[in-house]
Amino acid sequence: MAYAHAQRSLTIGEGGLAAFFVVTAFLTLVAAAKAEDAAFAFHAYLGAAASVAAVFAVFNRYFRTPELPPQEIDGRPNYQLGPVKFATAAAVLWGIAGFTVGLIIALQLAYPALNFDLPWTNFGRLRPLHTSAVIFAFGGNVLIATSLYVVQRTSRTRIAGDLAPWFVVLGYNFFILIAGTGYLLGVTQSKEYAEPEWYADLWLTIVWVVYLLVFMGTLMKRKEPHIFVANWFYLAFIITIAVLHLGNNATLPVSAFGSKSYIAWGGVQDAMFQWWYGHNAVGFFLTAGFLGIMYYFIPKRAERPIYSYRLSIIHFWALIFLYIWAGPHHLHYTALPDWAQTLGMTFSIMLWMPSWGGMINGLMTLSGAWDKLRTDPVLRMMVVSVAFYGMSTFEGPLMSVKAVNSLSHYTDWTIGHVHSGALGWVAFVSFGAVYSLVPWLWNRKQLYSLKLVNWHFWIATIGIVLYISAMWVSGILQGLMWRAYTSLGFLEYSFIETVEAMHPFYLIRAAGGALFVAGALIMAWNLWMTVRSGEAESAAPRAALQPAE
Amino acid sequence: MSFWTRHQILEKNSILLVIGILLVVAVGGLVEIAPLFYLKSTIEKVDGMRPYTPLELAGRAIYIREGCYSCHSQMVRTLRDEVERYGHYSLAAESMYDHPFQWGSKRTGPDLARVGGKYSDEWHVAHMVNPRAVVPQSIMPGYPFLAATDLDFRGIAAHLKANRAVGVPYTDAQVENAAADLKAQATPDDAGIGDLQARYPKSIARDFDGNPARITEMDALVAYLQMLGTLVDFKSYDAKVNLR
Repeated sequence: MAYAHAQRSLTIGEGGLAAFFVVTAFLTLVAAAKAEDAAFAFHAYLGAAASVAAVFAVFNRYFRTPELPPQEIDGRPNYQLGPVKFATAAAVLWGIAGFTVGLIIALQLAYPALNFDLPWTNFGRLRPLHTSAVIFAFGGNVLIATSLYVVQRTSRTRIAGDLAPWFVVLGYNFFILIAGTGYLLGVTQSKEYAEPEWYADLWLTIVWVVYLLVFMGTLMKRKEPHIFVANWFYLAFIITIAVLHLGNNATLPVSAFGSKSYIAWGGVQDAMFQWWYGHNAVGFFLTAGFLGIMYYFIPKRAERPIYSYRLSIIHFWALIFLYIWAGPHHLHYTALPDWAQTLGMTFSIMLWMPSWGGMINGLMTLSGAWDKLRTDPVLRMMVVSVAFYGMSTFEGPLMSVKAVNSLSHYTDWTIGHVHSGALGWVAFVSFGAVYSLVPWLWNRKQLYSLKLVNWHFWIATIGIVLYISAMWVSGILQGLMWRAYTSLGFLEYSFIETVEAMHPFYLIRAAGGALFVAGALIMAWNLWMTVRSGEAESAAPRAALQPAE
Repeated sequence: MSFWTRHQILEKNSILLVIGILLVVAVGGLVEIAPLFYLKSTIEKVDGMRPYTPLELAGRAIYIREGCYSCHSQMVRTLRDEVERYGHYSLAAESMYDHPFQWGSKRTGPDLARVGGKYSDEWHVAHMVNPRAVVPQSIMPGYPFLAATDLDFRGIAAHLKANRAVGVPYTDAQVENAAADLKAQATPDDAGIGDLQARYPKSIARDFDGNPARITEMDALVAYLQMLGTLVDFKSYDAKVNLR
């Protein structure tokens, strides 16, 4: 390998990153040696192993790449697609894992024996594993993949940083690993969607700052005068998630060598912080980020410009301003002061407008191209996702009305609402983006089979419909049973009678979930075959994908 | 210059766009969160609230570890049926020492804010070991391992200290005697019970898990469940005093 030496010296990035990981290897080994609980020791060893692997990878690259990749080739930007490919593949794998865990816990609610009376398999530990796997592992990787792709394309420049994009992608997935194994071992802050403990949070903070720098750096060296709309949404997602993460996870570890910490906020203030975070994990992770996907992939796929540029400007600012206020609708009739509840409800109702503005902008982009819905199931998937977005952003404001919330809160209606958004909107628009991205990234003319996409679409859609209608019925039924009175003025039902009444709906929900998992497996097979045996794209500029018929 | 032309300044300058986003998203959070720290009416004046005993705190850590909040709320809302089913609606004061809060968001199982004293210790232990042994229709997971696992409380004083650092008013005496207080609370006829109850009024000391030979995770969890919602003296509570 001597030839590599002769050609270039270690870059600052390579040297700095190697030094950084030498330090983290040392720190994690010390932490492992002094660990006060087994889970912390396990995570410290994982950190040490990952650090050593990272140092090795940096030097391996140094010796194997005699020249740094150029910014441009023949006057065209030399996009860095490696990290995008990795995140895309990770999204598909984590997605299947997360959906499967969801199916398992759905079955546990119907058949409690499936908890197996073990700590690592009980519902309480698997539920955060499911939510984090689908939101942060699946959704997060989709967002990182698409954002790093879109920002390069729409800026017409190679991504900023050399190893930094890899650091973001691999570092983020390492965070997922620590968080997920932590839940199984009982390491949790118990704050919904912010369960990872302090050291995982700390690591995510580092990764996230680098993500922001990579994204901003790419915008700054863009060759286009304007920053494309999709990038506004990605930027709002990255920045706001950073703010929310820091605010909600302010915590004091009991010891620097143990996993347990105590949140800085207490009681009612902690509740408000949590739902300020929790609702905006929905607003900025699951909405703003995925709207970025909508604003790039739907116009691209439909080969039409965005319906209204001005609407997208209003949509953007109104959405990010109003969303932040909506958190208290998770705390109606609780010990949170009434003024905060009323503010939360008011802004949640107002939020309906920008949400539908965005939906209209997405749907109307198809003006003049509606015929493509018949021939392109990928586009159909994305359009249906926008329709689901419209539905759940109508349902959300409805449920935030205090009178409705008094019935719906604490019941499965909330679970159904979340899933119409998560499966119908987030997952479908992600599937559409992944189906579009894979042939582009791996230089394939088209997907292996559009017919299989069609199958995926229908199986998953039926699954969603089963899921959300079962949860509507069970949620409203349970809410009504809780408040039912006999003619003598006594509560009519004991709590356990309301649990018993849920059983058939839990079965229907599990069936819907199974269909959704089946659809995702079809997708994975289709994508795998596309990469493995798809026809290579010719060197000529990319043509629009042709329908299979 | 029209609004649309002016907006191009943001579209063409990434730093200004970042600053704009930060300003716009900061407003809602500031308005809704900051007043909760200084408006006196946010947390009611009540009699009886005290920090958790070391054993209760350890039990709470197990409640958190097992993700009980996934299915159980600890927040009785101000609705007639809830008050009749669970008891007095929850006050903000009742969770003021909770880091983090455990109000929850889902009732797959019943609310636990006032479960303290409603069932016997034996019921709780039997229910944890096999929920369907006492409630045949229950869909709760079984937690038999809690009764078989010794409670690890070597670092309990550090837990009290960390709580104190985030605002829970533990005294020096409470921190120093944390391990002794924990043992005393789970051991019948322990010499330290008097001191424990002086430091933590209304605390109950007994063998919670039915196995006096060991202090298990079950002891801690049941001790925690049995005190939930029992501290505030509602006879002396006057909601109107809080209109301040």
